[in-house]
Amino acid sequence: MLLVSQLINGLQLGSIYALVALGYTMVYGIIKLLNFAHGDIIMVGGYIALFSLTAGHFHPAVAALLTVGGCTLLAVILEKLTYAPLRFAPRLSLLITAIGISILLQNVAQFFFGAAPRSLPYRELFPVGSVTIGEFSIAYTSLVTIILSVVSMVALTILVQRTKLGKAMRAVSEDTEAAQLMGVNVNNVITFTFAVGAALAGIGALLYGARFPLVTPTIGAMLGLKAFIAAVLGGIGSIPGAMVGGYAVGLLEVLTVFAGLSRWTDGLVFLVLIIVLLVRPTGLMGRKFMEKV
Amino acid sequence: MRDPKAPLIPERDHNKSPVLECVGLGIDFGGLTAVDDFNITISPTEICGLIGPNGAGKTTIFNLLTKVYNPTRGSIFLEGNNTKRYNTKDVNKAGIARTFQNIRLFKNLTVLENVLIGLHNEMDYRLVQSIFRLPSYWRSERIARDRAHELLSIFNMQDIADHKAGSLPYGSQRRLEIIRALATNPAILLLDEPAAGMNPAETESLMEHIGEIRDTFQIAIFLIEHDMQLVMGVCEGVAVLNYGKLIAKGTPAEIQKDPRVIEAYLGTGGQADA
Amino acid sequence: MNEFKISMPARYIINSILLAAFIVAGLLITQSGLLGRAQNANIISVGIFIILAVSLNLPTGYLGQLPLGHAGFMAIGAYAGAIFWRADLLPQNASIVAGLLVAGLAAAFVGVLIGIPALRLKGDYLAIITLGFGEIIRVIINNFDSITGGARGLHGIPRYSSFVIVYLCVIICCVAIHMLMKSRHGRAILSIRENEIAAESCGINTTYYKVMAFAFSAFFAGVAGALFAGNIGILVPGEFDFMTSINILMIVVLGGMGSMAGAVFAASILTSLPLFMVALNEYRMIIYALMLIIVMLFKPSGLLGTYDFSLSRLLEKLIRRLAGKKGGADNA
Repeated sequence: MLLVSQLINGLQLGSIYALVALGYTMVYGIIKLLNFAHGDIIMVGGYIALFSLTAGHFHPAVAALLTVGGCTLLAVILEKLTYAPLRFAPRLSLLITAIGISILLQNVAQFFFGAAPRSLPYRELFPVGSVTIGEFSIAYTSLVTIILSVVSMVALTILVQRTKLGKAMRAVSEDTEAAQLMGVNVNNVITFTFAVGAALAGIGALLYGARFPLVTPTIGAMLGLKAFIAAVLGGIGSIPGAMVGGYAVGLLEVLTVFAGLSRWTDGLVFLVLIIVLLVRPTGLMGRKFMEKV
Repeated sequence: MRDPKAPLIPERDHNKSPVLECVGLGIDFGGLTAVDDFNITISPTEICGLIGPNGAGKTTIFNLLTKVYNPTRGSIFLEGNNTKRYNTKDVNKAGIARTFQNIRLFKNLTVLENVLIGLHNEMDYRLVQSIFRLPSYWRSERIARDRAHELLSIFNMQDIADHKAGSLPYGSQRRLEIIRALATNPAILLLDEPAAGMNPAETESLMEHIGEIRDTFQIAIFLIEHDMQLVMGVCEGVAVLNYGKLIAKGTPAEIQKDPRVIEAYLGTGGQADA
Repeated sequence: MNEFKISMPARYIINSILLAAFIVAGLLITQSGLLGRAQNANIISVGIFIILAVSLNLPTGYLGQLPLGHAGFMAIGAYAGAIFWRADLLPQNASIVAGLLVAGLAAAFVGVLIGIPALRLKGDYLAIITLGFGEIIRVIINNFDSITGGARGLHGIPRYSSFVIVYLCVIICCVAIHMLMKSRHGRAILSIRENEIAAESCGINTTYYKVMAFAFSAFFAGVAGALFAGNIGILVPGEFDFMTSINILMIVVLGGMGSMAGAVFAASILTSLPLFMVALNEYRMIIYALMLIIVMLFKPSGLLGTYDFSLSRLLEKLIRRLAGKKGGADNA
């Protein structure tokens, strides 16, 4: 029984990683950038949720909307200000810029809100309680988290596979120049991709808050890193890969803690990543791509 | 390794023939067959052309020969040795040097440095010898620099040795790539559209140089080119590729008359659109 | 214009004399008691960060990869050196040298171990793997408390990192990397950055040179780690986290990737800045991050680009100009 509830726990955590990983994967798929700042957008989302509930006394639904909207807006602004001017710069410059933004967000947050953790009144956001099926019970938060992540993934898949915008996204990802020549507005498509990724991160921030209701300037760093590992593990650029990777990392973490190896958890996650990358350099479900010579 | 007293142009054993031989070479990308059943033999000092419509798989063949891609089928023999287990750098050490259709120079390095990198394997000092600047470093570097200047003089580029390779005009970049390839002391030189982007005068002079290079270095040259004047003027043998398959081989005169070649270039019947 | 050039041996002699003078001057100043404790410690840590930045510049600036685990190599060197020194096996001077070598070799060994598989992957993936490796090192150090002291820290490390030791290491590091880069091996490393496929087509063993650059870089990171241990006397694993790697990367990027002078310059400024601007300490990381972004946006090649300072070249220019003036006067 304990194992089953741990597995559900792992799925819940994995769902959060998966949601965040989708953001990494989409951005990487389209402009080949490892968006280091993605995790820190979640941190900002955490603070927006916190302050809209505690200082603003907004209705939880409004707070949730503000969080998702705020994350999206921030990502779009950052994209326009920093990544867009670097569209034709070497990829190393782009990566370093992303690292710079990550450090900037963390330190600005620390400057304004201090390093001390603040607790998020998550009970206002999510119903407290659990459903009981037979002998074991699942907390509402776990259920909501898992369902929400699956729904997001399905919606995203439909967006990418079935809509005109999705087709444009795939075209830009395949060959930016050719897409441009075919009349695709590349800049808008890229901005849109960032926005979608950040919206998912906003949802991730709320769900993460439900699970670990403490907000600090650095929560995004480790969460981002784990989600990022999930994306790479699953095969960066692949939507189902991000989900698979997310669940894998979540379960791995919970199970190592369950096995009494909590001090080794982070190390093991990285070890699994390294082993997978060495055996399958493009991740579990990634596509192979070749450089044109 | 290179003997400092050895002549600049190494003596080659011309009884060893052919220099390059492909047997049943082919590659599939996913389900698509890009090259199939490609056979060719090139003798030690032959200048051979490879022509064909766009997308026929010409550059793919160069990539197969240099192991940028690994062949799905068939074998490549270089001076009689099967190159099956070779990777790109082994192929170069074994004697194939190449240029690229989309020029791949070391753009931020100087012209001289580009050639010196081509001469990398002609120098023999080790890491420790370079860090402590032992005599072997100085000797080897001096020989290499002299050789690099000599090579640059082929195209009269010794005066711009200190310029950044990326700052050169297009034609000079193509010529520098040829020099860099020659620096690796190849037995066969693969040129991928050497005249692309050159004006008629430049092409004319390139033609002369290709012949000259073959004569001085006594090497084989295998070249992809769209400029028929160049191909017909300089090549002794021509192979024609269409849809990944070899459709004709022969002397330039034979190729020009070959109905299959005319068809490949002009299309069947009256649909000529070229 | 007459092409005045200082001959090679003369250049080496001039540079050696200047370096010796630098060490003696530094020794006199640090021994004289003119500087306070804090300033002395700062001078030492500037030296350590110069080594870290110059060594990271090799895989980033010259090889064109982005390893994010430099602090991991530093940690290995720090612990290897500290444990060796604490064991007190040799007389002091021999122990210092042997400890630094042990530190460098241990880090280089792990560098090769990580490099061989990691360098099969390119660009971003390499960044991730090295980042992951850096974190694993920290987890390992944290968990093997019997040897490393774990989270409580490793105490009582002999304070061997004097001015002379640290700056001799700085000089050795800079000279060795300079000599490497101005040789066929260095050119091979540069060619990989410029165009890997073309490099392979020139017969260059790219895997070998990537691993070599990695090992070289790890070696000096390890030495810097040991000097770090010998400077503060206590080691805690938290010192070697991802942010430390990023800090070193920041120095390299700001100084100009591929410029040794830039790395030295940026390391000196960024490491000693906090000492002079205590008031700004709260904003320090914000300023650094903004600088990083602004540099990437407006001058991606860094402050000094790939420019490398050469004293002999400066002298040549000066002499040429003097000669030129004289010539001009004669004409008039």
